[in-house]
Amino acid sequence: MSTELDTNSSYAMEIRNLTKKFGNFTAVDNISFNVRKGEIFGFLGANGAGKTTAMKILCGLSRPTAGEGTVAGFDINNEQEKIKRHIGYMSQKFALYPDLTVRENIRLFGGIYGLADPEIKAKTNNMLQTLEMENVRDKLAGELPLGWKQKLSFSIALIHGPEIIFLDEPTGGVDPETRRRFWEMIYEASEKGITVFVTTHYMDEAEYCDRVSIMVDGRIEALDSPAALKTKYKATNMDAVFRTIARKAQREE
Amino acid sequence: MKEFFAFIKKEFLHIFRDKRTILIVMIMPIVQIILFGFAISTEVNNVRVAIVGDTTDPEVRKVIDRIDNNKYLTVTEILSNTNEISPKFQRNEADVAVCFSRNFDSELHSGGKASIRIIGDGSDPNTAQMITSYVSGAIQDEQDDITIDYAGEQKTSMSPVVQLMYNPAMKSSYNFVPGVMGLILMLICSMMTAISIVKEKETGTMELLLVSPVKPLWIIISKAMPYLVLSIANFVSILLLSHYVMEVPVNGSLFLLSGVALLFIIASLAIGLLISVIASNQRTALLISGMGLTMPTMIFSGIIFPCESMPEILQWVSHIIPAKWFIIMVKKIMIQGDGFVYIIKELSILAGMAAALLAISIKSFKTRLQ
Repeated sequence: MSTELDTNSSYAMEIRNLTKKFGNFTAVDNISFNVRKGEIFGFLGANGAGKTTAMKILCGLSRPTAGEGTVAGFDINNEQEKIKRHIGYMSQKFALYPDLTVRENIRLFGGIYGLADPEIKAKTNNMLQTLEMENVRDKLAGELPLGWKQKLSFSIALIHGPEIIFLDEPTGGVDPETRRRFWEMIYEASEKGITVFVTTHYMDEAEYCDRVSIMVDGRIEALDSPAALKTKYKATNMDAVFRTIARKAQREE
Repeated sequence: MKEFFAFIKKEFLHIFRDKRTILIVMIMPIVQIILFGFAISTEVNNVRVAIVGDTTDPEVRKVIDRIDNNKYLTVTEILSNTNEISPKFQRNEADVAVCFSRNFDSELHSGGKASIRIIGDGSDPNTAQMITSYVSGAIQDEQDDITIDYAGEQKTSMSPVVQLMYNPAMKSSYNFVPGVMGLILMLICSMMTAISIVKEKETGTMELLLVSPVKPLWIIISKAMPYLVLSIANFVSILLLSHYVMEVPVNGSLFLLSGVALLFIIASLAIGLLISVIASNQRTALLISGMGLTMPTMIFSGIIFPCESMPEILQWVSHIIPAKWFIIMVKKIMIQGDGFVYIIKELSILAGMAAALLAISIKSFKTRLQ
């Protein structure tokens, strides 16, 4: 595998020897991986394995101690502002502003990403139509049912047309039906060519990913398609795979 | 820039949607001014005076009349001996007692020496001090007249005439208006800013803002902006109220006063930001700003207790309270009418504090992000 970084490659993300230390503690220990464009990439690991730290670097929120890489074609060491413009982000809290209306939430994030007013207007109408939420456009976002909030915040995270969307445990605490419908949205986005980078605790969700990586103690212990991993570890499902690998963990949570 | 305005608009929407907050923020200054102005007045009115002594004695009569004619003092009781004073105080039927020695008139005329004892209710020392000095003032007037009566002319004597410059009527509003101003500005800027930032941390929306291309510094500025506007509105309303209702003058330059207030607001906003970095939830933020800011500001800024009479250690502590310097400057500008040169010391201290706080808070906010 070449260590050259090629911005015109078919990869949405190329990470080489990424390390992040906090004092003596190595949160992320020399990880390397590629994510293909349009791929749904599952980023798994127990709590404290270094997932969040790695993800923060990939989102341009923090700088690596060592290593290099590109996200959406921009360098993770010195093009963080550009990275931020080309990625979308959604966390487990489906963070919308509960005291703003649906429309105001859409407007706000359109504004934050620097979209022009007519563009925001068009996108708002479009989004409300697709989500079938036109009749609640002036309702406070806090009053919406959880599933709707989730759909809305996913759509808002895509408002500026990012190449990659980061989903940080997007389905935490949601019922199976809502989760299933959420994954339908993820597939739709992926079909449009958007790369999906998702962390999750639910191993059944890991099965939906094209490829998954499993982090243990700051290192990537396994990286392959769910089918290949199951064969390799002689397991019937991803849950068994995960438990076999995570058992190697030395670190306390 | 457009991103920035989208942010500021959002912050204002947050405030206007939260009716309770807007009510508290806009009403609190008015309520505080009125409360301090009328309820917690340190002026003394309608003092009830109990008299112990022989009321048939002509000279005693004259002194009693003199006391009774004073507009702050009213003679309510004539007691026969000093043992009755304590129960009167206990039942709150008198505020002060004046005791005349036996044979007051003849003692005064023969020996030239007669004694009057003023007994105050020391359980409330501030009020007692004020009342006893009113009473002795009234008696002093009578003493002067007696001297003229008997000597036929005014004897050369030294009698001090006390005059309080800048506040001849000893209005307590001159003291608390600057105090309340400091308190309110501090409260709104620090507490509200801290809470609004911590709230975003709690709900997870802060993460969304941070992964957006908007620079962290702009996020901070846009968070602080609405509270800057609110506190300017409060500053104006306090000034108007104190001028037209409490009749506190603005003797100095209004421009200078506003400048000083702006500096203090900036320092308070920086404190609020610092709290938001330390606190992980809204309750902690509220507690820190309540106990860590409001209490010390109340105690050390001289609103209630004069700083000069504190133990030296506490006086040193009071020096690190930004509100103290602000309040001193407001008093100097509003009441004394001092110009820029007279507040240079306080102004540079506050400016230094504001700069240091701002630098520390922005730095710690940024490190927190790493």
